Amino acid sequence: MFYREAGDFKVSYADDSQTFPIKFDRYRYYVVLAVAFGLIPFLINDYWANAILLPFLIYSIAAIGLNILVGYCGQVSLGTGGFMAVGAYACYKLMTAFPEVSMFIHVILAGGITAFVCVLFGLPSLRIKGFYLAVATLAAQFFLVWLFNRVPWFYNYSASGQINAPERDTFGIIITGPNAPAWATYLFCLIFLAVCALIARNLTRGTVGRTWMAIRDMDIAAEIIGVNPLKAKLTAFAVSGFFIGISGALFFAVYLGAVEVGEAFGIQKSFLVLFMVILGGLGSIFGSFAGAAFLVLLPVILKVVGVDLLNWPTDIVAHFQLVIVGALIIVFLIAEPHGMAQLWRVAKEKLRLWPFPH
Amino acid sequence: MKKTLTTLALGAAMAAGPAMADLVFPDLSYRTGPYAAGGIPFSDGYNDYFTLLNERDGGIGGVKAKVIECETGYNTEKGVECYESTKGQGALIYQPLSTGITYQLIPKVTADNIPLHTMGYGRTSAANGEVFSHVFNYPANYWNGASGVVNYLLESNGGDISGKKIALIYHNSAYGKEPIRTLEELSKKHGFELIALPVDHPGQEQKSQWLQIRRDRPDNVVMWGWGVMNQVAIQEAANIRFPMENFIGVWWSGAEHDVMPAGDKADGYKAVTFHNVGRDFPVFDDIQKYVVDAGKAAGAGDQVGNVLYNRGMYAAMLAAEAAKTAQEIHGTADITAAMMRDGMEALVIDEAKMEALGMPNFGPSFNVSCENHGGPGLVGVTQWDAESKTWSLISDFKPSDTEVIGKLIEEDSAAYASENNIEPGCS
Repeated sequence: MFYREAGDFKVSYADDSQTFPIKFDRYRYYVVLAVAFGLIPFLINDYWANAILLPFLIYSIAAIGLNILVGYCGQVSLGTGGFMAVGAYACYKLMTAFPEVSMFIHVILAGGITAFVCVLFGLPSLRIKGFYLAVATLAAQFFLVWLFNRVPWFYNYSASGQINAPERDTFGIIITGPNAPAWATYLFCLIFLAVCALIARNLTRGTVGRTWMAIRDMDIAAEIIGVNPLKAKLTAFAVSGFFIGISGALFFAVYLGAVEVGEAFGIQKSFLVLFMVILGGLGSIFGSFAGAAFLVLLPVILKVVGVDLLNWPTDIVAHFQLVIVGALIIVFLIAEPHGMAQLWRVAKEKLRLWPFPH
Repeated sequence: MKKTLTTLALGAAMAAGPAMADLVFPDLSYRTGPYAAGGIPFSDGYNDYFTLLNERDGGIGGVKAKVIECETGYNTEKGVECYESTKGQGALIYQPLSTGITYQLIPKVTADNIPLHTMGYGRTSAANGEVFSHVFNYPANYWNGASGVVNYLLESNGGDISGKKIALIYHNSAYGKEPIRTLEELSKKHGFELIALPVDHPGQEQKSQWLQIRRDRPDNVVMWGWGVMNQVAIQEAANIRFPMENFIGVWWSGAEHDVMPAGDKADGYKAVTFHNVGRDFPVFDDIQKYVVDAGKAAGAGDQVGNVLYNRGMYAAMLAAEAAKTAQEIHGTADITAAMMRDGMEALVIDEAKMEALGMPNFGPSFNVSCENHGGPGLVGVTQWDAESKTWSLISDFKPSDTEVIGKLIEEDSAAYASENNIEPGCS
């Protein structure tokens, strides 16, 4: 009824190839953007920012980054936590070395440094595939965590080995540290997420994305039709590393403020982001959002329902959380192996025909 | 991005908190995960003491105490979530029982004007109240602990440990790294050799570290462990037949559950402490009567009198006494977090007070002041007797090397002050 192409005429090539070809979809997208940028900053408080929205925004960036590597280019990576740590430590070193520079520049540079490191660890992907590559990236994970624990230069020789984000601003608005207002940290992360998602979406629709997908679907065939595997794989690693680095920098500087590498960027983080990508949907930008939202929100919702509404003991709720999240992952993988993005796609197909399916 | 809308709708339901009639003491506990063995007794003690005050005395100064428990799993992200969700409900004081979460909360509580009490953990240099206005770590901190261990070794070796080899086996995190700086200073001063052996989270893998200990043959092993790491380390020490009486842990590595798994082989293992052990105090009769027998005990109710239960109870007692002090200073029973901070800074604990609370000789007497948030730093030593399954105090509470520690605290807090543009001083 309201979700169809009828009457929505495309009169130029640009119209024809836009991201949201259906009018309803397009308007929905604008509404979401308007609410996210125009409404939420006025309503947000500390709890909403720090407990729900910031982790959601930051994990979404990480999930988009990993989705490019795993979902679009087919290179399995278990090094996400380590690469996020690179972003965080790069951001820390930049923040402390150049306090007067805007946070935007620090975060982007941290992304760039991570992209470089990610390409280095991506080099073995030219020779090894599948599970073997997963093991190689796993090595990256452990090596990077060990490195940041081992070399005191990375944490400015502090006694505890922790890194603490000092107060930094951008255009005079405080972004990091305890005095940063909730709306500023939220908008800062939202801007990064919006830009990253836009870049990712357009990259994956263009030549670069098509070469990635060609490599993913069958690398030998792709090579025969003229795709350069070196270039395709390394660009995937670079772009993915850039996004993951940005998310790591934001995770440390804006969200947590103090980080201990083994605890914050351990192997659990790599798995968490990988679960987000798999649950959300491999090879889908929307899936990255859905997966991040699912895994960030579910524990909070279960806690609110269990502890605050039902008054259960906190340990029972925490154990239930593990059971429920685990069970949901299994159910999802059986019922919908293509993730939540596929559910969304199917729903849209059904809506197009509704109310008169043949 | 679509999900932000759904989250928004959900938030309206959660934002509505309870009325602020009670004195709220959030308990950021962990009853799950690899550190639960330590988190459960501490949290039980913390809860039970407030239950006792409510049941026996009708609260603190006539106002009921309310403990809001929030599960962190020793995880910093969940710790932040817990902090944000409880601080709006009138939280008076935070005691996260995690050094990682403490580092996270230090700047936040200062900005939000809520005191943070990290008893025997956290950032050691917070003892300097001129820089850390809202952070307290009385009655003792890590560096007191490290110095207490060295002092005990000096004492048992006739005052000379030069040329001895001491291995430090530590949790590779901010918590485990804290004592290294002090121990390095002390090794220079007393001329012993320090070998540092990190163990990664969660601490089940220690074969290579103990192999190294077997090869290097240190005279003493000092442990800075927590959670499952303690049990594994004591078992490994037993496996390589390292003499237990030469193995000494910090106060977080010296509870019943740490030594029980190794059975008889753990006999003689030592740990430092800053409060007394056992349940031979009148307060436990009241807890038995008003809390346990009334069926109001937190958790399973089987931890009463354990080392960490006592510590949780001690933490709750200090918080309750600070609340009372705050009520006296400000002349109101319904105190806020800012008043609570004043109460903590003016806290006086003397033997008469401890006696009246049913805890004679349980902990040290001390006065907190703006300059000194760290207390006296007295350290005692306990030893495990595997046969009777009890800890007993073998060395009384003695002062630590304040000369070395004071200088390090000065240095570290000055670094924090300059990093964060804090003007040190007492207002």
